[in-house]
Amino acid sequence: MKPSGNAGDADAATDSAGLATRGRTLGILIPTIWLLLFFAIPFLFVVKISLSEAAYSVPPVSDLLVWQDGWPVLQATWANFALVLTDSLYVQALYGALRIALIATALTLLIGYPMAYGIARAEPGMRSLLLLLVILPFWTSFLIRVYAWSTLLQDQGMINNALIWLGIVEEPVRMLNTEFAVLLGIVYSYLPFMILPLYATLERLDGTLLEASADLGARPFTTFWRVTLPLSLPGVAAGCLLVFIPAAGEFVIPELLGGPDTLMIGKILWQEFFNNRDWPVASALATILLLLLIGPILLLDRTQSKAESA
Amino acid sequence: MRRGSFLALGLWAGFAFLYLPIIVLIVYSFNASRLVAVWGGWSVKWYGELLRDPQILGAASMSLQIAAISATVAVIIGGLAGYALSRFGRFRGRTGFSAMLTAPLVMPEVITGLSLLMLFVAMESLTGWPDGRGMTTVIIAHITFAAAYVAVVVRSRVAGLDMALEEAAMDLGARPLTVLRRITLPMLTPGLLSGWLLAFTLSLDDLVIASFVTGPGATTLPMLIFSKVRLGVSPDINALATLIVLVVAAGVLLSGWILLRAERRHARQVRAAFRREGAMGEG
Repeated sequence: MKPSGNAGDADAATDSAGLATRGRTLGILIPTIWLLLFFAIPFLFVVKISLSEAAYSVPPVSDLLVWQDGWPVLQATWANFALVLTDSLYVQALYGALRIALIATALTLLIGYPMAYGIARAEPGMRSLLLLLVILPFWTSFLIRVYAWSTLLQDQGMINNALIWLGIVEEPVRMLNTEFAVLLGIVYSYLPFMILPLYATLERLDGTLLEASADLGARPFTTFWRVTLPLSLPGVAAGCLLVFIPAAGEFVIPELLGGPDTLMIGKILWQEFFNNRDWPVASALATILLLLLIGPILLLDRTQSKAESA
Repeated sequence: MRRGSFLALGLWAGFAFLYLPIIVLIVYSFNASRLVAVWGGWSVKWYGELLRDPQILGAASMSLQIAAISATVAVIIGGLAGYALSRFGRFRGRTGFSAMLTAPLVMPEVITGLSLLMLFVAMESLTGWPDGRGMTTVIIAHITFAAAYVAVVVRSRVAGLDMALEEAAMDLGARPLTVLRRITLPMLTPGLLSGWLLAFTLSLDDLVIASFVTGPGATTLPMLIFSKVRLGVSPDINALATLIVLVVAAGVLLSGWILLRAERRHARQVRAAFRREGAMGEG
C-alpha cells in the first residue's frame, strides 16, 4: 500500500499525532499526580508535624499557625529535633540502625555474590529455574518468614536442639532477641534484592574476556579480582543500596528477632508513635532518617538509569 | 573444576538457607503439640481451628479485598509509568519522575506509613476527606508503593519488546488507539499480569504501612498475625502461614506457566506472520 497523499489522509495523520501526544501527556501526568500527592507531598506534612508540639487533642499536636489579634503567628519549635539529636536513646538508635544495616549489607553481599555467580554460570536452561527459586521466597509473606526464624532460634527451638543433639554445645545458646538474630533476619529477608541485580550484571558479562584472561596466564582468582569483580560493580552498588536503605529503617525484624537492647530507629519511631502517641518526636525521627537516606536513594536511581542506558 | 564445585556448594547452601524456615514452618503446622519444641505426632487440628476462627476469616477477607482493588489500580498507574519511562525517551521532569518511582521501592515503611497518615489527617481537617481512616486509606497507601513495583516490572518488559511491530502498524495506517488495543496491550499483557500478581502479594503482606494508615474496624491479616505472634508462638499461625505459602507458590508457578505459554504462542504467531509476508513478497 502506498500513501496516496490526499487531504483526508493528512487530516487523519495530524489527528493521530494529536491523539498520540495527548496519550503521552496522560501517561506521564496520571502517575506524576498520584505520586506527588500520595508519596512526595506527605513528607512536607511530616516536617510540619516535627516542628509542632505534642498536645492533648485530636490529632495530638499543636497548630503550627495560630491567630493572635488577627495576625497569623508561626509557632514552630526545634525542640523535637534538639531532643532527638541529644538524647542518647535516639542517637544510639540512629547509630545502631546504620551500623546493623551496614554489617547486614556486607554479609548479604558475601552470601549473595557466589549465589548470583553460580546462577549466571549455570546451564542456560537451569538459570531460570534457579532464579525462580531465589524469587519464590520473596513472594511468600515476609512477616511469616521472619516469624519462622523466631521459632527456629528459640532456646528450645530446632537449631539449639540440633546443636545439643550433635554434641556441639551443652546448654542452649541464646540466639533469639540478640543482634545476631536481627542480622540473620535482614540477610535472609533481603537476599533476593542482592542476588537479582548481581545476576543481571554477571549474566551479561562477556565470557570471552574471562577466556582471554585465562589464556594470558591469569589464575582464576586474579581473573575474578581484576576482570569479573570490576565489571560487576554496578550490580554490587545496586544490590547493596537495595538492601541497605530499607534495612536502615526496618521495624518488623528488630521487633520480632531483636531484644530490648537492639536499638534501631524504625522500632523506636514505631514505639514513639503507637505507644507514646508522640507524633512530633516520631516525625522528627522520620525526617532525620529521610535526610540520611535521601543520598543513597538518589544514588540508586542514578545507578538504575545508567544500567538502562548502557 | 574445583571452583565449579565450590560455586555449586555455595549455591545449594544458599538455597537451604532460603528454604529451611519455610519447610520447618510447614512441617510444624501439622504438629499435634502446642509446644514448638515437642513433636506430638501428625495432626491437622490447627487447620480446623483456623477455619473456625471468625477473626482470622474476617481479616483474610478484608486483606484479599484490599489487595485485589489496590493491585488493579496499581497496574494502571504503574503500567503507565513503566511504559513512559521505557518508551517516551527524554521528557521534561523525567529525572524527578524516575526518582519518585524508585524511592517507594526502598523507602523504609515506617517513613512511608507515617507520612501518608500525616497527609490523611491534614486533608481531613482541611477538606473533610477522608472521613476517618480504614479500608480506603489502606488501599490508597498500597496503590502507591505497589505502583512503583509494577512500573519496574512493566519497564523491563517494554524494554525487551520489539518496537518494529508498533511502527509497522502505524505505517500501515492504524490509528494510535488501534495500535494500543491490538498490538501494544497484547504484547504487554504478560508484564501487566505479573505486575498485578506482585502488587497483590505485596499488599497482602504489608504490616507496617497499613498499621499507620488504618482505622478502627479495618484489621488486615498481617496486623492480626503480628498481634498474635507478639504474644508468643501460636500453632494456628503455622497453619495459616502454610496456607499462604502454598497458595502463593501455586499462583506464581501457574502464572509463570501461563505466561510462558502465551509468550511462545505469540512468538509463533509473529514468525508465522513474517513467513507469510516473505512468501507474498516472493510471489
